[in-house]
Amino acid sequence: MRLTLLNVIVAVVLAIAFAALNAAYLVWAERRGAARIQRRPGPNINGPFGLLQPPLDGIKLMAKQLTIPGGADKIMFITAPVLAMFPAIMSFVTIPFSDTIVAKNMSVGVLMIFAFASMGSMSLLFAGWSSRNKYSMMSSVRAVSQAVAYEIPMLITTITVVMIAGSTDLMEIVHQQSRSILHWNIFPLLGNSHNLLMPFSFLIFFICTLAETNRAPFDLGEAESELVAGFHTEYGSMGFGLFFMGEYANIVIGSCMTTILFLGGWSCPFGLFPGVWWFILKLYLLIATFIWIRWTFPRTTIYGLLNLSWKILIPLSLFNLLFTAGLIKVF
Amino acid sequence: MVAYFTEIFTGLMSLFIGMGITFKEFFKPTVTVSYPYETLTMSARYRGHIELVENEEGNSQCVVCGLCEKACPSDCITLAGEKPEGGKKKVLTKYMLDFTKCSLCGSCVESCSFGAITFSKEYNLASTKKEDFYFDLLKRLEERNT
Ligand code: SF4
Ligand code: SF4
Repeated sequence: MRLTLLNVIVAVVLAIAFAALNAAYLVWAERRGAARIQRRPGPNINGPFGLLQPPLDGIKLMAKQLTIPGGADKIMFITAPVLAMFPAIMSFVTIPFSDTIVAKNMSVGVLMIFAFASMGSMSLLFAGWSSRNKYSMMSSVRAVSQAVAYEIPMLITTITVVMIAGSTDLMEIVHQQSRSILHWNIFPLLGNSHNLLMPFSFLIFFICTLAETNRAPFDLGEAESELVAGFHTEYGSMGFGLFFMGEYANIVIGSCMTTILFLGGWSCPFGLFPGVWWFILKLYLLIATFIWIRWTFPRTTIYGLLNLSWKILIPLSLFNLLFTAGLIKVF
Repeated sequence: MVAYFTEIFTGLMSLFIGMGITFKEFFKPTVTVSYPYETLTMSARYRGHIELVENEEGNSQCVVCGLCEKACPSDCITLAGEKPEGGKKKVLTKYMLDFTKCSLCGSCVESCSFGAITFSKEYNLASTKKEDFYFDLLKRLEERNT
């Protein structure tokens, strides 16, 4: 175990590279996808299919000056973008991509990821608070109330899954679903739960992931039509770049968690060649769905958003929790 | 209670319908014209600035009657002509259009009973200088012919 520290460092470096690459090319995918939905070509000038656009954008961002507005709280202002990126990177360390590809599997993996995920809203709060800008302030107030509202149903749903699996170890949760597609947690019958409500749990979890990552239709935090650019209005250069990377890293993590908790992780639907490729496939299908949803629905209102959580998702997920507990007791 | 669940259900269904629509749109061909690389042909009734119509020899059909000059409400047109030695008809020697004031109303085109002017299909006309919009239509006619 002397190599552990080295392992972690390598893992963190790989995680940063993975996150940065993903952020860059998910932006590209997002812009191309959005364009296709709107029947435009999207970025197609730089390189084949516009594939050189992300690195060029990156260079442009890095070449810009980082300005700190007068009257801003300097330390908080600088901490915020780092705080947006850091939890996302840390979460990558504990996510198992396959039986062997995992930096540091922990018996409390689920807990750890949610603990880090909840730090993300801190960064939004810091950014909005320290910018000394009313739009940023409004935005971070919204973002935090949204995060509080959606973390609850998300955690309740996760508890449901954890109860079924009887473990908070992500590896263990995947292993229990690995026999065939029908054993995945999303399907009600053959799974460990025999719980008819599992597809709804999946939906609730997915909606919460959308809301937690501040994606459209829940992107009230950065509602351009009302709040300029929300909490990152005052950020330029790589400060903005880090927020952007953080957002996309969070999308990847949300999709990873959905894959692990509900879609059987790296296991194959037909029990053939389980491995990291299945994980990647499911991951990117989910991310494509994220993009698809973003360019389909208009932004909700803040009331609509909070009503959805407090009046629909929380009661339903609580009911589901009790129902699952009852089933586990009976069978 | 029933209303609560129907609302959730219909809401959810409408979301799926919306996603179905964007899914279909995704696979349709794009309709954008990538402008500097591709251009559209302008429709028949498109109004660019006016230009002179040429006759078979490539010269202007204008007889220098000056009706267009008078018809223009914004005073855009300045023209001059002279009778060449031995010739019967006047020949246009100068036709200036001040496009900065033109409202593309069409009075000039309508007033010309010789069909000597018409609307062009020109639209690539950006410039930073006002002087670029004082057009010498005779020169443009020559350039078109060469
Ligand atoms: S279109 Fe109207 S405004 Fe323009 S030159 Fe002709 S008469 Fe004048
Ligand atoms: S009205 Fe026609 S013919 Fe007369 S001067 Fe104008 S362009 Fe020439």
